[in-house]
Amino acid sequence: MTGMIIKGKSGDWEVICGLEIHCQIISKSKMFSGASTHYGSDANENVSFVDAGMPGMLPTLNEQCVRQAVKTGLGLNAQINKYSEFARKNYFYADLPQGYQISQFKYPIVGEGYVEIDLEDGSSKKIGIERLHIEQDAGKSIHDISPTKTFIDLNRAGVGLMEIVTKPDFRSPEEAGAFLRKLRSIVRYLGTCDGNMDEGSMRCDVNVSVRKVGEEGYRTRNEMKNVNSVKFVMQAIEYEARRHVETYENGGMIEQETRLFDPLKGETRVMRKKEFAHDYRYFPEPDLLPLVLDDAFIEEVKSEMVELPDAKRRRFVAELGLTPYDASVLCEARETAEWFEKAAKGHDAKKVANWMMGDFFAMLNEKKISIEESPITPENLGKLVDLITSNVINGKTAKDVFAIMAESGESPDKIVEERGLKQVTDSGEIEKIIDAVIAANPDNVAAYRAGKVALAGWFVGQVMKESKGKANPGMVNQLLKTKLDGK
Amino acid sequence: MTELTKLTIAEAREGLKNKEFTASELTEAYIAKMNECRKLNAFVCETPEKALERAAVSQEKIARGEGGDLEGIPLGIKDLFCTAGIATTACSNILKGFVPPYESTVTSKLLAAGANFLGKLNLDEFAMGGSNETSAFGPVVNPWSKDIPLVAGGSSGGSAAAVAAGMCAGATGTDTGGSIRQPSAYCGVTGIKPTYGRCSRYGIIAFASSLDQAGPIAKDVRDCAIMLKNMAGYDAKDATSAIAEVPDFEKVLGADIKGMRIGIPQEYRVEGLDKEVAAYWDKAAEILKSRGAEIVDISLPHTKYALATYYIIAPAEASSNLARYDGLRYGNRVEGTHLDDMYINSRTAGFGREVKRRIMIGTYVLSAGYYDAYYLKAQKVRRLIRDDFVKAFEKCDLILTPTAPTAAFPIGDKSMQENPITMWLNDIFTVSVSLAGLPGLSLPIGLNANGLPLGMQLIGRAFDEENVFKAAFALEKDAAFRGVK
Repeated sequence: MTGMIIKGKSGDWEVICGLEIHCQIISKSKMFSGASTHYGSDANENVSFVDAGMPGMLPTLNEQCVRQAVKTGLGLNAQINKYSEFARKNYFYADLPQGYQISQFKYPIVGEGYVEIDLEDGSSKKIGIERLHIEQDAGKSIHDISPTKTFIDLNRAGVGLMEIVTKPDFRSPEEAGAFLRKLRSIVRYLGTCDGNMDEGSMRCDVNVSVRKVGEEGYRTRNEMKNVNSVKFVMQAIEYEARRHVETYENGGMIEQETRLFDPLKGETRVMRKKEFAHDYRYFPEPDLLPLVLDDAFIEEVKSEMVELPDAKRRRFVAELGLTPYDASVLCEARETAEWFEKAAKGHDAKKVANWMMGDFFAMLNEKKISIEESPITPENLGKLVDLITSNVINGKTAKDVFAIMAESGESPDKIVEERGLKQVTDSGEIEKIIDAVIAANPDNVAAYRAGKVALAGWFVGQVMKESKGKANPGMVNQLLKTKLDGK
Repeated sequence: MTELTKLTIAEAREGLKNKEFTASELTEAYIAKMNECRKLNAFVCETPEKALERAAVSQEKIARGEGGDLEGIPLGIKDLFCTAGIATTACSNILKGFVPPYESTVTSKLLAAGANFLGKLNLDEFAMGGSNETSAFGPVVNPWSKDIPLVAGGSSGGSAAAVAAGMCAGATGTDTGGSIRQPSAYCGVTGIKPTYGRCSRYGIIAFASSLDQAGPIAKDVRDCAIMLKNMAGYDAKDATSAIAEVPDFEKVLGADIKGMRIGIPQEYRVEGLDKEVAAYWDKAAEILKSRGAEIVDISLPHTKYALATYYIIAPAEASSNLARYDGLRYGNRVEGTHLDDMYINSRTAGFGREVKRRIMIGTYVLSAGYYDAYYLKAQKVRRLIRDDFVKAFEKCDLILTPTAPTAAFPIGDKSMQENPITMWLNDIFTVSVSLAGLPGLSLPIGLNANGLPLGMQLIGRAFDEENVFKAAFALEKDAAFRGVK
């Protein structure tokens, strides 16, 4: 539960951090025009007259984006504001065709909420959400095609974004990392954002300040724009916090500024001083009416909600008997959790979980495939577990069967049946093999009986080998011991 | 043939139907008039060939007894409406050479009704101005000018002058603070700014989004009713357009106005109100009274704040709406070494003085530290002004005021040039209506001693254009003044 403490000459410092995350909304068309949001199209292929800021063009709101924002708000346990307003954020840039971004300012669509994060020491913490508002994305400026020219791609201009602002609740880089992973998991569960930070569909601004342990209020913070991986966010917080402490310890002051995190050097540098900060001249967007949601709409979105990772994890622990750790691993991605539920249905859930987290994930990794592409169906993994628990095959055979399943995609019963891999549980048959092994190895029998009991393992191995691995190992142990000791 | 240009839309429609003349003859007559009156500088882009082609198509339809409400009627289009394939400039250098690949909703509707466009009409640059003198194409000359050229009013100066001179049967205008009504008054024609939301703003180059409304300027009240019916209606492409039935405005014309309560706002008897204007105001009230209407005194107490409020809100929205003219994707670009230089060079060369003035004001009032004192305060006062009208309309059904405090003034008038506030005072009777989003119609009431037309304004409740038309039609009949030259 304790956050990161930086030891200074003058005492202990704690880190204060808040995040602003831009999540690209999953929708077929842009937020205020009918142009496609398809990623990977040719440059400027998905641009309507509205997106290009042509004279006389007007924005019209895409209801799907509103629905996605409300859904995400509900996923963040947040207040859904029935009244919200769009506002213009004015600034000039080449990839901002209208000269303003349509955003929300005073009245966001979603108000306060929280996200619960799970920390490595097993504790959990609530991170407050300040607000979520919706806005349009800008286009892309491409500087590396020509040394003297900048090229503009407006495909992204107008795509819907959700900006999620947290309270300054993070006290360590780990907490911020855990939050980002949890947020990504939530939006992916909801299908409101694909959460891919490397493709830029989830982007993070990081605000950091430090204060003496026990100090009230906040000191000056610095903002780092567009940090694009969980790892970099954590590095940026750590670097920046240490820089602040060092500055204060050396008698310096931190000035409010916007900084850039350089992932290659692992450090931050000044991007914009406060006096050059934009004055965005926000004002209510006169081209759009205030956004008024009725109860029926909110209820409809509620009814479309899926079970979120936290609730699922709690259920896996309470109802299926998984350990909290296993449950949280299986719940991080919705696809995995759903696959697991299918596989565990009617079978020993704990064993299914073990198989998934062991051989199954290893197989996916090795084949470099996603869970949806797995040759093994969840039903078949369940059946495999059943074959083990009902003693039809033993653990060793199961590994072989699993390997065959991973190649052929066949059902385990079929594999066991066709290849005659059923476990031998007939004591008469096992005794026959034991007798033969004992008869063939008089020297070792004598050595064992003379006190070299460690040879028991060797005898088990011989028997298993003779049975082609099919003998029930428990029975082999018991019968062999009787025969070797009894005489 | 020239007589054809004197016909109203309603008369021309009858003539076409009765085969007294063809759509081509009608169009040719207007083209001849356009040529004859070119010195008025009303049109900034003429499309006679296109018009004649369309006239021929219309004639075939008429011959078959088909065609829309405005089949074969030659209209002029304010150059603020985007017209597919035809240059659209907002009379600004920054948009010189811009040819939109799309059509505004209002002009699409007019085309669908069979109207025939003769060309694009002059206006104040980006509709910012009250005299058409800020146009990059130069001022429009009022057809009523005698020895010295007078302004046609603005911003729809080209529209009002073209209709007054018989260069088109009717014209589209837009009105943000009086831009349809004031030039209509100066040029002796009729124009209506409908309720905000009546007409779609899609494809109209934006000046101030929360105020801009399209409307017709025509030779009389009936023509305005015919045109408005064919311009209005909900449009999914404009989120602020109203989901409201469009009545057949023409149907109410000639209806009895007995018992209708006409409000006279005491606050509009402003200092500097022209004596003759005041006299005509009384005369108009008398006419309505003699028709059985009841004249009641009303109060619009926040009137004195209307101009200040307007000149904060309109420039604020304009400063943002005009940000897109950056020389990057279309229009006039002046290169620079860096992106910011290119912006500065393009916008310095592209915008005229008045537009720059308003961008500066708008940027200022939205700035951090000034927003609350100016923009936010103006929004609050705007609500009070709107509430004034709501209260007033408890006591009356319509409000009667002059359209402008004076008649048309000379082009290049010193006092106006030196102090923009003097120019802005011309909007004093029209801006409140715009701020409240209400319908306002201006019609000519008579000539002053100098032989210049004066206009009266009728203001209605939101979406009650029908009562406005009803009373205007009665007033027009008894004033017995036809402003068309």
